[in-house]
Amino acid sequence: MAETAELRKTALNQTHRSHKAKMVDFGGWDMPVEYSGLIAEHMAVRTGVGVFDVSHMGDIQLRGPGSLAAVQKLLMNDASKLQIGQAHYSAMLYENGTFVDDVVLHKLSENDYLIVINAGTREKDVQWVRKQIGHMPGVHINDFSDYYTQLAIQGPKAAETLAKLTTTDLSTIKNYWFTWGQVCGIHNVMIARTGYTGEDGFEIYIPSDEPTSSRVWGEVLAAGAEFGIIPCGLGSRNTLRLESAMALYGHEISETINVLEAGLGRYAKIDPVANPDKGDFVGRDALVAVQEAGGAKRKLVGLEMLERGIGRDGYPVFTVGGERIGEVTSGSPGPFIKKNIAMAYVPVQYAGVDEVVAVEIRGQLVKAKVVPLPFYKKPKKVVAAPQG
Amino acid sequence: MGYPAEYKYTKEHEWISVDGTVGSVGITDYAQSSLGDIVFVELPKVGDALEAGKIFGSIESVKSVSDLYSPVSGSVTAVNETLDGAPETINADANTTWIMKLELTDPSAVNALLSAADYEAFISEETGH
Repeated sequence: MAETAELRKTALNQTHRSHKAKMVDFGGWDMPVEYSGLIAEHMAVRTGVGVFDVSHMGDIQLRGPGSLAAVQKLLMNDASKLQIGQAHYSAMLYENGTFVDDVVLHKLSENDYLIVINAGTREKDVQWVRKQIGHMPGVHINDFSDYYTQLAIQGPKAAETLAKLTTTDLSTIKNYWFTWGQVCGIHNVMIARTGYTGEDGFEIYIPSDEPTSSRVWGEVLAAGAEFGIIPCGLGSRNTLRLESAMALYGHEISETINVLEAGLGRYAKIDPVANPDKGDFVGRDALVAVQEAGGAKRKLVGLEMLERGIGRDGYPVFTVGGERIGEVTSGSPGPFIKKNIAMAYVPVQYAGVDEVVAVEIRGQLVKAKVVPLPFYKKPKKVVAAPQG
Repeated sequence: MGYPAEYKYTKEHEWISVDGTVGSVGITDYAQSSLGDIVFVELPKVGDALEAGKIFGSIESVKSVSDLYSPVSGSVTAVNETLDGAPETINADANTTWIMKLELTDPSAVNALLSAADYEAFISEETGH
């Protein structure tokens, strides 16, 4: 492959390379795709714990007395509902209701918000934010992407692992909430109960200098050793999020797919009665128009292959009669559920559960069935019955 | 794991080991490592007549799918059916896990393939190291 522009590196790049991770170009970043093997990493996160370097993610902070108004205009979810220390899923939309990017919005304090954005869209996102809200009064926009090393510690043993490294009582942090605490001796680390794997887990935001980053990485691995922790790459991050049916920018969501098609309408607060404090936001009019016209014409569905074959990203989807109706957005074997699965866009009349369609796999039509999403749901915590 | 000197190699990352007029064909350690966890091998059928450089099957990992190319011409005399249940054997030992055996049309044709040293030079060029 020809060398193109210099790839960007996280502070842990040398750590990954010295531990023989397999590296790939991911959206212009030199990132580990796998360490010991994709399936082993996937299984570690489902059954124990794994750690990912996700420092390529971007971080935009909006501060000032006008920041809530700016966030409300910029993003589709209703930020007025967030309490300090709470986060939620949201997105930046184009005027036509398609995606600039999906994000996680954190309310750090009154008049202080942190938007975590995707790596591949970082420059575009920052420009978009400045263009849309840069002129609004009382809001200060900062791109802090390079200031954080972000580690995702994920899996049913993530809390027990991180608990050994922090003085914070992690049981007080609910899903999609965060706090600040001491981690590996570093004060005021943001500790968020968030992730992209469908498991319980945490994302921690530490200073991005190399010695600190590699030290914390090593301490997380040491703390998780008794639970079989392994370092994980973007390969397993992808299969984990696919089993959990979480959208990936450029696949399930993009500048050609609108929120309602993507099945993410519950995060787009377009109803003024249900969300009196939300008001207008970029892309709202288009979504209202789609809804008034009877809703999305195509829909994101889950497919389970009925015959031998793996429907991969970009493969066309047909009716069993051979009429082309859509395309796979992401497809792979599901290492934990042990089924070949895919997500795909199809017209609504083919989107019902149990509908049988066909995916063209290397020239052959292979049958698949529409199944409910997500493919995998983490088991509910079993509370031990009281003794006696 | 390395590349046995007695094997011959292709730029499509197959190896062939010849014993008399029969050649065993597998994929290289570099290929298995690039693919990652292998989940399926599509095998040819015994009796298939294969032409050098033509597709005889495919190999799928979690991440990707690749065609398999016959290094030389010949007819298939055996396929490794254990790969149906345990395709990951190739990840564990690519050098000794053959995929199919061929009765070679012209045993001397293997001489035109890459030596282990040539192949190693080829992949180091390809990976830019």
